[in-house]
Amino acid sequence: MNLDKDLVAAMATPLVLAILVGGRNYGYAILKRVHELSDGDIAWTDGMLYPLLHRLERLGHVRADWGVSPEGRRRKYYEITEAGEAALAEHRRQWSAANRTLGGLWGLTSPVSI
Amino acid sequence: MAADLDARVAEWRAALERSATVTPGDADELEEHLRDRVADLERVGLDGEEAFLIAVRRLGATDHITAEFAREHGDRLWKQLVPPAASTTGAKPFTEMLVFAALAVVVIQIARLISDQTWPADWFPRNIAFFVLPVLIAYFVRVRRVPVRVAVVIGAVVAGLAIVVNVYPLSFDAVGPTREAPQSVVLVAGHLFVVLWFVALAAYLGGERWSASRRMDAVRFTGEWIIYYVLIALGGGVLLGLTTLVLMPISDGQVINQVMAWVLPSGAAAATIVAAWLVEAKKSIVENLAPVLTAIFTPLFAVVLVAAAAAYAIAGIGREFDRDLLIVFDVLLVVVVGLVLYGLSARDPLRSTGVMDVVRLVAIVAAVVLDLLVLGSMLARVGEYGLTPNRVAALGLNVLLVVDLVGTAVLGLRGPGPVATGRMARWQTAFLIVFAVWAAFVVLVLPPLFGFA
Repeated sequence: MNLDKDLVAAMATPLVLAILVGGRNYGYAILKRVHELSDGDIAWTDGMLYPLLHRLERLGHVRADWGVSPEGRRRKYYEITEAGEAALAEHRRQWSAANRTLGGLWGLTSPVSI
Repeated sequence: MAADLDARVAEWRAALERSATVTPGDADELEEHLRDRVADLERVGLDGEEAFLIAVRRLGATDHITAEFAREHGDRLWKQLVPPAASTTGAKPFTEMLVFAALAVVVIQIARLISDQTWPADWFPRNIAFFVLPVLIAYFVRVRRVPVRVAVVIGAVVAGLAIVVNVYPLSFDAVGPTREAPQSVVLVAGHLFVVLWFVALAAYLGGERWSASRRMDAVRFTGEWIIYYVLIALGGGVLLGLTTLVLMPISDGQVINQVMAWVLPSGAAAATIVAAWLVEAKKSIVENLAPVLTAIFTPLFAVVLVAAAAAYAIAGIGREFDRDLLIVFDVLLVVVVGLVLYGLSARDPLRSTGVMDVVRLVAIVAAVVLDLLVLGSMLARVGEYGLTPNRVAALGLNVLLVVDLVGTAVLGLRGPGPVATGRMARWQTAFLIVFAVWAAFVVLVLPPLFGFA
């Protein structure tokens, strides 16, 4: 099952921030992590991750610096900032509210098989 | 095999970098991603060719990537922005520019000829801004395809200003036989340029909402327009100087004056349009020049300002309220604001704090300290001399400039990095509106307040 495009777009920011809470990381690894966590349900075009990361950087939610990959190529690493953690907490509140609301409705009826 | 992959990656990367919105750093990042993906796919058994094709496909079409980067990095797009008219044919914008430049010449020359025939011609200096900038505004309305509704509003604003300014009894005769222009005439004429410039910027932005990034576009345009105008003026100065020297042996001063009366105002008026056209047509040339100029002069100004602030603090200012000195400091602060604005507009918003940011901050703080020293000593004395329109205008502008710079410095000191830069840029561009309101205040409200003195 592939998630709806709008839903993926809405999830992208908290998803990336939450992955970065686990430590400094780079674009390709973040995408792989998303793929693992969602069992491939969440797929976005790889190239779209980078404008998102740059936006988060501009907003001060992440910090970026250049490192070197094991193969010796330049690699840009991202790290979450305090502002990013605050933003993530806010995202989390909103998603819990959404979850609670929908869960309240769906929990009473028959659960949808996935 | 590896060489083959390198060649294909290089080809893909070149396509990506053709768009000005993807910097080499971004391309590095994307290329690294692509190579990681290829390596992973090869590990699960795909051959190099297949792995490359799939990896490219997963990254997305290059034009989608560049479009997405453009949305995030609107400032980089500035290099690419082409006025809508230019997309039709190459020759048309040039012709349009020539027509409007000719129109500017005709308008200024007609006004000059009429003013030669009428006496007293005090309407001429008062309206001088109206003989030049409305043509530029009309030019923008045309080439930027301003919607009719917005164009009507812009026209109404210009007409309203023209009526008010000419209804005000700012006559030379009001001050008696000295035939000296009253203060208010000079003030109104000067500030009208500023007010009309903002109207022109509104037309330049095509009547779009003035968001922070669009205001920054307006700043870039203004800065580059000034550079082009100065360059044209320098060339024009050489031309006129040589003309004078060539004519001297065969004619008297009268003829030379006549030639100048025709050439000088025509050139000055037409250059406003030509400079505006050049900014759009040759964007990338000055785009490279402006940051260099800012980079050269910001440290120099910082040194001068720090030295001057120290000297003033030690020597103390025993001067009387001196309007000329105040105007000098107004000009100084305007230059500093210009350097800051221009530095911010050309700065890559993602780069972390560099030496230049520190230098800029030093320049701002020194300018504020210096100005407060002068302002303080003058404010103490202003009571003795009373307020005049000129003093109010000079003091008001000074206070606004200081507030602007203090705000910038506070935002700059609060934290380094791209976020602070963004905040500074937003504050600075928001403050432009305050300056526009102030200029309108000087034109519209100040003269009646002082009984048109």
